[in-house]
Amino acid sequence: MSNSIVHYASITKKITMSIIGLFLAIFLLIHLSINLLLLSSDGGKSFAAAADFMGTNIFIQIFEKVLFLAFILHILLGIFLWWYNQSARPIKYVKPNVSTTSSGSKFMIHTGVIVFIFLILHFLNFYLVKIGVVNVPEGAASQHDFYTMAQMLFGNVFYSVVYIISFIALGIHLNHAIQSGFQSLGLEHSKYTNFIKGLSTVYAILIVIGFSIIPIYFLIAA
Amino acid sequence: MDLTLKIWRQANAQAKGKMVDYKVSNISPDSSFFEMLDILNQQIIEKGDDPVAFDHDCREGICGTCSLYINGRPHGPESGITTCQLHMRRFKDGDTIFVEPWRAKAFPIIKDLIVNRGAFDEIIQAGGYVSIGTGGTPDANAIPIPKYDSDKAMDAAACIGCGACVATCKNASAMLFVAAKVSQFAYLPQGKVEAKRRVQAMVAKMDELGFGNCSNTYACEQECPKEISVSNIAKMNREFLSAKLCGQTQE
Repeated sequence: MSNSIVHYASITKKITMSIIGLFLAIFLLIHLSINLLLLSSDGGKSFAAAADFMGTNIFIQIFEKVLFLAFILHILLGIFLWWYNQSARPIKYVKPNVSTTSSGSKFMIHTGVIVFIFLILHFLNFYLVKIGVVNVPEGAASQHDFYTMAQMLFGNVFYSVVYIISFIALGIHLNHAIQSGFQSLGLEHSKYTNFIKGLSTVYAILIVIGFSIIPIYFLIAA
Repeated sequence: MDLTLKIWRQANAQAKGKMVDYKVSNISPDSSFFEMLDILNQQIIEKGDDPVAFDHDCREGICGTCSLYINGRPHGPESGITTCQLHMRRFKDGDTIFVEPWRAKAFPIIKDLIVNRGAFDEIIQAGGYVSIGTGGTPDANAIPIPKYDSDKAMDAAACIGCGACVATCKNASAMLFVAAKVSQFAYLPQGKVEAKRRVQAMVAKMDELGFGNCSNTYACEQECPKEISVSNIAKMNREFLSAKLCGQTQE
């Protein structure tokens, strides 16, 4: 089967993947900044206000649709590229490859699948509750009471461990993805490429630590 | 040195291949990997069997013909060299050495360790040239070229087309090879004339031949015997993007 299966060149797919990926990376920062309000000692008031703004602002509503589309495209394109790349070497080596590679780059599909499974869980616990598809969990005041929902979920050790593992997988994914996105867009130069690689790692660590301290905080509080 | 060799044997393109064990003894650490294989083949011939077929030509590290995947790495355990430059002192007495052919759908096996790398020729035919009229030798300094650009072009032109980049890439992608060939022209004024058409045609041919997609693992750069930089891939991505956004429709 030709690589022009979707009538776009391999580099076009790479560029598309990187633009979407970098867009999702920016979204993660916004999500993190709101989630960190859960740590505020005001009993969730500031978090509720931020969640209310996100749920009612017209621009955010449009952004949400673009975000869904970006996630779906990123996932589908990722699976397609992985499948196609597998077919480019139908007979594998007897002795596995031991060449040095960019950190995490060999595990993009694996870490991506972990994050995808977590996304389904995340949708079931929050988004589908918000739009009324899933019943409001007992204890939460309404379908918009995300603070109580988060408090109850993070009080569960098993959920919190799954949450942290998912974000470690996302961190490994991001560590390669950010600098790879710049490379795919052709944004490479001896002047700044090392900075981008460092930024990629710092960003990945920030995301893992930033999201992980929330369940740890609630576990300790519980 | 006494060694155990596990070598891929395959009678022809259609036959089913398998790893076959061989023993070689009294190998000098100063002999090259190919000299060791020559000794093995002499043993096999004396037994009346078919010797191991492998590609080699200059044995000086410049032609790009040799192509062995040794112990999980193209061209073996040493960086920046081709298989013919590999010496047995890089191994220990008693070692078991796995020797396999390049593995990629676009590089079908012809026999044993020999693969057909004609796909690279097809990519070059698609645009890896400069169309200039023949005539008198032009003055080398008639067109000023910045030192930075000429250095970059020369670095890219060092690619010998051996295929180690494809062999080591987890996706069997030919991006480093194609990027080197695109860059060596794109950096120079003579190559800029056809740059937009060239990059699109060469990428289209690469895709058509069934090479995988680049996922920036950079194993290609690590294993390239000429140490071609992955910055050439970024350069090709820029060239491609520019051609798609600003170039004329591909002929």
